[in-house]
Amino acid sequence: MKNLTMKKEFKVIADLLENNTRVLDVGCGDGSLMALLRKDKNIEVRGLELNKDNVQKCIHKGLPVIQGDAETELYQFPNKSFDYVILSQTLQAFYDPDKVLKELLRIGNSVIVSIPNFGYWKVRMKLLFFGKMPVTKTLPNTWYNTPNLHMCTIKDLFNFCDEKNIEIKKVVGVNENNTSFIWKGNLEIKNLFSKLGIFLIG
Amino acid sequence: MNNKLENIKKLDVSNPLKLDCGKTINNFPLAYETYGRLNEKKNNAILVFHALTGDQFVTGTNPITNKEGWWASAVGPGKAIDTNKYFIICANVIGGCMGSLGPKNINPETSQAYGLDFPVITIRDMVRAQESLLKYLGIKKLLCATGGSMGGMQLLQFCATFPDKTFSAIPIACSSSHSAQNIALNELARQAIMADPVWDNGKYLKKNVQPKNGLAVARMVGHISYLSEKGMQEKFGRKLQERADYEFSFNADFQVESYLRHQGYSFVERFDANSILYITRAMDYFDLSKQFKGGLVEAFKNQKTKFLIISFSSDWLYTTKENKDIVIALNASGADVSYSEITTDKGHDSFLVNEPEFLKTLKGFLDSMYEKFNNEKRI
Repeated sequence: MKNLTMKKEFKVIADLLENNTRVLDVGCGDGSLMALLRKDKNIEVRGLELNKDNVQKCIHKGLPVIQGDAETELYQFPNKSFDYVILSQTLQAFYDPDKVLKELLRIGNSVIVSIPNFGYWKVRMKLLFFGKMPVTKTLPNTWYNTPNLHMCTIKDLFNFCDEKNIEIKKVVGVNENNTSFIWKGNLEIKNLFSKLGIFLIG
Repeated sequence: MNNKLENIKKLDVSNPLKLDCGKTINNFPLAYETYGRLNEKKNNAILVFHALTGDQFVTGTNPITNKEGWWASAVGPGKAIDTNKYFIICANVIGGCMGSLGPKNINPETSQAYGLDFPVITIRDMVRAQESLLKYLGIKKLLCATGGSMGGMQLLQFCATFPDKTFSAIPIACSSSHSAQNIALNELARQAIMADPVWDNGKYLKKNVQPKNGLAVARMVGHISYLSEKGMQEKFGRKLQERADYEFSFNADFQVESYLRHQGYSFVERFDANSILYITRAMDYFDLSKQFKGGLVEAFKNQKTKFLIISFSSDWLYTTKENKDIVIALNASGADVSYSEITTDKGHDSFLVNEPEFLKTLKGFLDSMYEKFNNEKRI
């Protein structure tokens, strides 16, 4: 199930990007998204990845990857050196997501950020009715071992961008059944029914 | 040993080579070795640059020393750099002593060994000399070029000087400019040689001798710097060398002492002391950013080569930070660059020993590059 959402997420991200551009995938994992973007959209990809096994996998696939920590090592990329910078489902895991986001906006002309939505109705129900930190398919960890230090909702990130004067170009909500655009007018309802929020900003 | 040197592969480079010091050398020998077969498309060639005390005999049995080649852990049939698949080329650097022009060659003007009359050479001179070998072998573009330590420095220079000569590059545990610490260690090695009275201002070859004690100490300095503190502690600790207790003497009581003495004195059998002076000097002068006005970023401008930089966590000679600086410069110039830090306690020597994670990375990158290079050429 997680893979299915991931595939959907990658498809949404791919659709948001223009062909023949330069993309940095921050936290690129085993390079699946990079491979897809290179193959389908002729995009020049670069990855940054902390996990050594994943770095190995990317290298074996011939995908350019730099082993490093996004929290501390984004400084090495020059200003506006990429058309897009992608951060898939890791913003909430940083100590200082505000600072990381600033760095991403410095490096890319546009930034794509996806977040697991803490405002999803199942998450809300679990907290409301069971009084426990929610464990779901998109949020599989328990409170004591979760890497997610700063959980937020689609609405939170929406408001955050407004506060910081970051232009929101597109927002897409994803759940099992469909993907749909989100704007101010449908934010409340989409914030309830989307498992994942994908933001194109900058 | 000199007789054996007559029978190895040598290219007579007839084109004059103007050195960075201003002098010119011509009609000079460049000794080299190749492994594997160059395929019909000529797209499986890999150039290996050797380190300070390396030579062209990368793998198999070195015909001069009768020992295993210095990179047999990585190069050979079925190895990470597979000689069944790739054509591997390695040349002895000029200034060296394995057949290429160096300070022990005969100076035609004096009919004696050059000694200190040999011109001071640079990393760029070494690289330019080797380019003529590629021409001779008919290779327009290499699949890959690689090298660790000074080999990595030659590789960075090679990419900066000849931006279109290799499809991919793997600089390993190196630096774009020699650090103060590394210059200091090299100076220690040189001073050890020059302090040996046998050295006699570099004229020892006239008497057919080597400043063995000085050269051995120089090698010991190197060996300490190639290991990590942890690796050395684990390997030797305070273990005694074939004795139950201290001898209360200055003999090699400790295993680590015995190891250093062995390494030092076996080295003098195969290396020329003046070559150490010249090659360490070339390393110290190496500063790629100095050659380009815009610094290191400018050195890598318009690079089409795909890079993989590899560093080792316990390497204190060419640190992860120094290797990362290369990555940053390549990033800033928009080059295609990958970077991996291998976690190991084997120190700088990690690239020469069986370090599985390193070898796996090397193989993975190389094989994916071969596939890409093959496809690219077809278009």
